[in-house]
Parts: sequence; structure tokens; C-alpha cells
Amino acid sequence: MRVTRLVELAKTIRSKNAGTDKITFDIIFREKDTYERVKSLRAITRQSIAKLYGIPEERICDFVEFDPAYAIKFTILRDRPSGSPGETDIFGCQQYPPLLDIEIPGEE
Amino acid sequence: MARRQMRILCPNGHLGFAPTKEESFWLGAETRPDFYCCDSGSDDIGPGPLGADTSASPHEWQKHDLELMVVASRKQGVPMLIGSAGDTGTKSRVDMYVDMIRELAQKHAFPRFKLAYFYSDVARQYLRDRIRDGIAVEGLDGRNNLTEEDLDQTDRIVAMAGIHPFVKALDMGADVVIGGRSSDCVIFAAPAIRARYPEALSYHLGKILECASFCAEPYGAKESVIGTITDEEIRVTAMHPNQRCTVASVAGHAMYERSNPFYEYVAGGMLDMTDCVYEQYDEKTTRITGPRFVPTQGKVRVKLEGSGKVGERYIGIAGVRDPYTISNIDKVIEWARSQVEERFAGREYQLYYKIFGKNGVMGDLEPVKEIRSHELCLVVEGIAPTKQMAEEITMIGTRQIFYARLPEVKGTAGTAAFFVDEVLQASPAFTWTINHVIPVDDPMELFDLHLVEIG
Repeated sequence: MRVTRLVELAKTIRSKNAGTDKITFDIIFREKDTYERVKSLRAITRQSIAKLYGIPEERICDFVEFDPAYAIKFTILRDRPSGSPGETDIFGCQQYPPLLDIEIPGEE
Repeated sequence: MARRQMRILCPNGHLGFAPTKEESFWLGAETRPDFYCCDSGSDDIGPGPLGADTSASPHEWQKHDLELMVVASRKQGVPMLIGSAGDTGTKSRVDMYVDMIRELAQKHAFPRFKLAYFYSDVARQYLRDRIRDGIAVEGLDGRNNLTEEDLDQTDRIVAMAGIHPFVKALDMGADVVIGGRSSDCVIFAAPAIRARYPEALSYHLGKILECASFCAEPYGAKESVIGTITDEEIRVTAMHPNQRCTVASVAGHAMYERSNPFYEYVAGGMLDMTDCVYEQYDEKTTRITGPRFVPTQGKVRVKLEGSGKVGERYIGIAGVRDPYTISNIDKVIEWARSQVEERFAGREYQLYYKIFGKNGVMGDLEPVKEIRSHELCLVVEGIAPTKQMAEEITMIGTRQIFYARLPEVKGTAGTAAFFVDEVLQASPAFTWTINHVIPVDDPMELFDLHLVEIG
């Protein structure tokens, strides 16, 4: 079966602070069909995201499928507030790249 | 009778942080909106500006953006509202914006007008008294309730205003309002709610407008958008000739920077966007219907932000090219850390290594565990109570990368490359100490509103 990487299917894949203690991730599709297919395949779940980022599932505080925007969205709790000593990404905007390579099974 | 409507122009998602683009602003201004509203703050910039009471934006850009708005507002005789003045919305930032408005009024010789401003600063003692009274100051995002120890570690606190001080300022006849820290959406919701438009539509209008052209496509920040509210719906229109507000761009923006796209909390209630319907209204405009507003039961809860200083900070930078050293980089760092600890054992300090080429961007979240780069950049961050100690910690922690003791290293003349052999003083280290909500009897309790005449 053909496999497609998420970067080829999604219009937008991004991460950004949501307040001082969380980073939120958006995966937005251009077409409704693609969105519905990825959703129905359950290719992106709370469990798969926790595994990808090597974090316990409890650190994913929100996981939502947002139909009006054809989007899958999840949010993780930071291990320390943004901009604290040791910070590597104060805006949280470069935490999405591992999502690009998520493999989505093709239709055939 | 024509359906009534109110139109609000938003020129910039964060006034002053990058300059407002003028073409789309004036195209919007020509349509004569009823209000000019803009947010000027964010907690995205980290805890430093609030803790140190500074701005993250350059003075000239802030004044440039205020000038566009105040000139349009005074020329057309319609009000202008700013929230979270000067990035943090502290008293010093509000006073700075008020001074800028005075200077601009003089420069352009505006006729006499009323300027309202409010402060959002909260005294530590006020919160200490509340805690001692047994009032729970509830932690957000998994934080524990606020303690006196948290307050001891805090330098500065602001409260997040709801619509209340803006509505009161307009009631007092203000033509220009400069707000302290405020929720972004209330700056836009306040005039609509005051004119008795439905609360749900008013807050949602603010939610969509607060980042200006981020709700439009193609991507392009700092361009103006106009939101229109009626008793039945809201509409948002891009002003830039090449931008459009589409269903995808507006719905997509509903998710931006928030953990959940369905709910938005403000002082006074919660906006529920679960059943919203987005429709293309015309080429550049999207229409939204269906949001609901759930008012808070009991006391209004106001969000608090606090920042505290951790210490003085220096930064060191080192490069590594030898593949043997790269593959043993963890041992190199262990050595450098041990040398700092040998000198400062038992003293209070923090030392961090960011290893670019390994996981310098993502840290522990990085799924790529093996190093694939032929060179590494190490950034060393040393924090201590005094500048002298922070400098020395960072110097040892950086220079000992050069002296790392690896058994089989070939390059015995030095195991790191320095482009400068010094460490650099950075801004002090701060941390967000408060991300909490406090119940209040009166929504104005934490906000100190003033009115002056200018001109």
C-alpha cells in the first residue's frame, strides 16, 4: 500500500505558544476529503503524538478535531513556562517538524 | 429601516511589535469605520519585559502605529481603543503611550479631546492579603493555587482586563483609550457590547479581529481588517488589495495560539464557538453566525500574570568540528559541568547547554536522537545571583569545552572553536511565576481608570 507523508497532505502544519505554559499544534488540510480520510484512519491520535514526542499522554492537555477548518489540533504542557532559564524556543514555533514525516496510508 | 451595524478597524495584531502596513490601513480608514481598536501586548515575548518593566518593541514603531490610528481617529471624530499598552500593559507602558498621544496631539494640533487610560498593575500585598483571607487564587494550566512563596519570587504582576474598564471609559466620554493589560478580544467586544449588540457575537468579533490580517489569506501580517457586527451576525473583511478573508482563513484563525478552538475565557464568561457557521459572504469577506456566550456564575474571575527574576545571565558560544568529539559531546559537557561544580559547589547557580546540530531547538521533545551533523554549535547559558558569578560560571562552562578530556582525541591543542574568546552579558533571566485567576466582587476592582482632556 502506498504511504504519503503528512507534509504532502496538509496545507499548514504549525506550532505556537498558547499562553505561558502550553504549546499548541495545528494540522490544517486544504480539502475536506483529505481531512476526513486522515481522521477516519485514526493516523494521528493522542497516543501516536505522545509516542512521537516521547512524552506521557497526560502532557497532551487538549486533542481536538476541528471540522470548520479541516484541522487536527493538540496542545502539550511545557516542562517549564516559556522563556524560563534553559529555554530553546520562546515562541514555541519550531516544535512541529516531527509531524511533517508522519506516514498516512494511501487509499490503495 | 436599515439593519443597524457597527464597523471596527484593526490595523495590527500586536501594535508596535512590527510596524503597521500603511496602504491597507488607509484603504480601511477611507471606508470610515466606527472604531479603531488594537491590541499591543502579548505573553509570547516571554517573562523578561514584564519582570524588568520594559518593552519588547522599539519606541519608534510603537509611536508610528499610534500615530496612524490617532490621526484617523481624530480626523474622523471616532474613538480609538488600545489594550495592553507597550507589550506588557504595566503602568509605565500605559504612561509612555499616554505621553506619545500627547506629543502626537501637539504635533497634529488636534482639537480638544478626552483621553482615558487605566492601569492593570496588581500589588503583591493585595494578593498576599487575599491569600491570608483564605481566598483561593486558582492556578491555570495545571499550576497549583498561588502561595506566598510564589509572590516572594515575583517582581511584577498585571491583571487581564475584561470589557469593563473600556466600557466605563467610553461611558465617561473618552475619545481615546489607552489600556493596561487586557484580554485581546475585549478591546473590540467592549464598544459592541456597550451598544447592546449580542455578547456572543461581540466577543467572537474580537476573537477574529485581534490578530488583524492573520485571519486573511494569503499570509501577510500587519495589514488592516474590518469587522462588522449586526444583531444577527459578524463579518470580517480584508483591506489589503491582495488579501481575502475566506472560510478557511477565518476558521483556521479561530485555532491560532489557543489550546482549544471551541472555547475562549474572559473576565465575565466563556465564549463557546462549537456551533459556529462560517460562510463566504463576498470575495473578501467571511460571515460568522452561531457563537454562544456563557456568563460566569457567581464572582467574576480575573486572570493574573506575574514574572520574577531568577538571576543575572551570561551566554557563551562554542563550535565543535572533530567527529570524535561530536560523538562524545555528552561526555564533553559532563566534563565542563564538573569543572563549574568544582569551583561553585554548594552555591546557587544554573547552567544550560543548547547543542545545535543535536537538539538545540527541541531539547527533550526532539525525536531524532542520533547526531547527523558534521559540526555542532554549543550555546551555554549561565545564571547566578550576581553578574560576576554568572560571568565566571559561563566562562568556565564554555572554556572547558575547549579543554575537554577525551581519551582518544587527536586534536590536543583544543577541542572547541571560539569565534570570540569571551562570554556575552545577556538580559537577566526571568520566569513566569503567576498564571492564575482571582475572584473579585467588582470587575473594576483591579483596574484604575483616569480621564484627562488634551488639546
